Amino acid sequence: MNAEVHDCRDAFAAELLRLAEENPDIVAVCNDSVGSSKLGEFQKRWPERLVNIGIAEQNMVGVAAGLANGGKIPFVCAASCFLTGRALEQIKVDIAYSNANVKLCGMSSGMAYGELGPTHHSIEDFAWTRVIPNLTVAAPADRAETTQAVRWAAQYAGPVFLRLSRMGVPDILPPDQGFTPGQAVQLREGAAVTFIANGTLVCRALEAADILRREGLSCRVLNMSTVRPLDREAVEKAASETRGIVTCEEHSIYGGLGGAVAEVVATSRPCKMRIMGVPGRFAPTGSASWLLDYFGLSPAKIAAAGRGLVRSR
Amino acid sequence: MPLANNRQKRLRGAAQIREIARRIRARDLEMICDAGTGHIGGDLSCTDILATLYFHVLRHTPEHPENPHRDRFVMSKGHCAGALYAVLAEAGFIDADELSTFMAPESRLNGHPGRMKTPGVETSTGPLGHGLPVAVGAAMAAKMENAAWRTFALLGDGELQEGSNWEAAMAAAHFNLDNLAVIVDRNGLQQGAPTETTNTLEPLADKWRAFGWETAETDGHDIDQMMGVFDGLPLKAGRPSCIIARTVKGCGVSFMQNKVEWHHKVPNRDERARAALELARAKIS
Repeated sequence: MNAEVHDCRDAFAAELLRLAEENPDIVAVCNDSVGSSKLGEFQKRWPERLVNIGIAEQNMVGVAAGLANGGKIPFVCAASCFLTGRALEQIKVDIAYSNANVKLCGMSSGMAYGELGPTHHSIEDFAWTRVIPNLTVAAPADRAETTQAVRWAAQYAGPVFLRLSRMGVPDILPPDQGFTPGQAVQLREGAAVTFIANGTLVCRALEAADILRREGLSCRVLNMSTVRPLDREAVEKAASETRGIVTCEEHSIYGGLGGAVAEVVATSRPCKMRIMGVPGRFAPTGSASWLLDYFGLSPAKIAAAGRGLVRSR
Repeated sequence: MPLANNRQKRLRGAAQIREIARRIRARDLEMICDAGTGHIGGDLSCTDILATLYFHVLRHTPEHPENPHRDRFVMSKGHCAGALYAVLAEAGFIDADELSTFMAPESRLNGHPGRMKTPGVETSTGPLGHGLPVAVGAAMAAKMENAAWRTFALLGDGELQEGSNWEAAMAAAHFNLDNLAVIVDRNGLQQGAPTETTNTLEPLADKWRAFGWETAETDGHDIDQMMGVFDGLPLKAGRPSCIIARTVKGCGVSFMQNKVEWHHKVPNRDERARAALELARAKIS
């Protein structure tokens, strides 16, 4: 794909500025991550509304819960690997179980940190967060959906985890698409197989569908940006109306979007499935895009999975 | 806001608070024995602190627990939920009758406090080291608003082995949160052994001071003395306050006092009767 690509953190930061302008209760909380969360402009305009807690993620998430208790709407901005891995119990207890109105924004998720290695990869965060009750878990696919998801999160009274990347992605969704948790957006119609993807893998799933279309296989593509709540109905329809489901995510093949879809399929509408993601092992050294290809998450390999699934019937 | 009107009802003399604390202990014993589970040692060590806070210090409106101007109280040692519920009932956040549902199926009174379950609970606690970060955030919110309400957090001493407390302690001083006070229930025992033979906390006040806090020490069962210390908050302008309350785990029941096994042991019928008798006659301080 030669389309121009965009870092969704820019859309995130721009929308947060607009929201902060509209609502003085919105504050940003970060862990020495002003730059990597693109909060520089926010800090310049509202230094008193940006809480840089330093390198202390457990405290950062607890502080956000306390700020929410005091009437603020905190957007916690931190690398997803540290936010979820280091502060998971705070996310469970202080945020979700306490129903704190906090927006957890996991930056540079998946393997976006590439060569920095598995310590900095966040390929477990869907699995860790989606089992926590009362937490909406979403991974927008492009800058338009990022903008809409941030705006939705600000007006929603409750805990949210937004999983963002730093890897450039092309524009996919119309800017006025809106964002409704638990509602998949169908990007292509087709009956051969259904690709269900989210985040950085949506554009790759679309390319895979294009490859198969050229071979005469028309495929359905669903953007499933929320893994919790999951659009069960869209999954059931895909299982009934197409010949199988291929899930695609920049996450472990265990416990993420593929797992969530498989739970619906196995308990409601059994169908053939392939789960495309990072296999259960630590990544070798390599750039983010190299790693995606290395783990078989290229459009060609995704298309091959779809083709194989059709032929297996 | 009706906070001012509430002041008369709230403020009690030390003798009245002592009597309230005696009732809380007696009720807590019943709750734990009836439920067959609970943390009686720690409940009894923090009861006088809770009673002093709720009936002398905190500005709150139990009939309107979400009042944005209320003082916040965070019970970080969440396993002592029994004592907290008993004081919430005394203060009018919940009906006294409800205490008999402690830990029963579908009760609002869970074994550890849940914010969405019980009125007056500011944040869910249970895993240790969670309360202070949340209290720091609340105190920051008040500072951002220039609001007068204050934030208090009651921490167990053993819980100070959790690193998250020290992350929060560092931040509270950095952000000059003099609207925040921590009370450490320094009973010297944790679940399995004394704190000092498990993972040394002393010199504890020095640690807090090194983190930028102003500290005071008090007898955590002497209500007059605690009232005096609380009346002097903040201990120093521009700094968070840490009050180390020296307490006795199991305070009020002779055979439980300073006995590590009473962390969460449940009295048998004979022990219950003896404990009830002692608490009925109690004159703690």
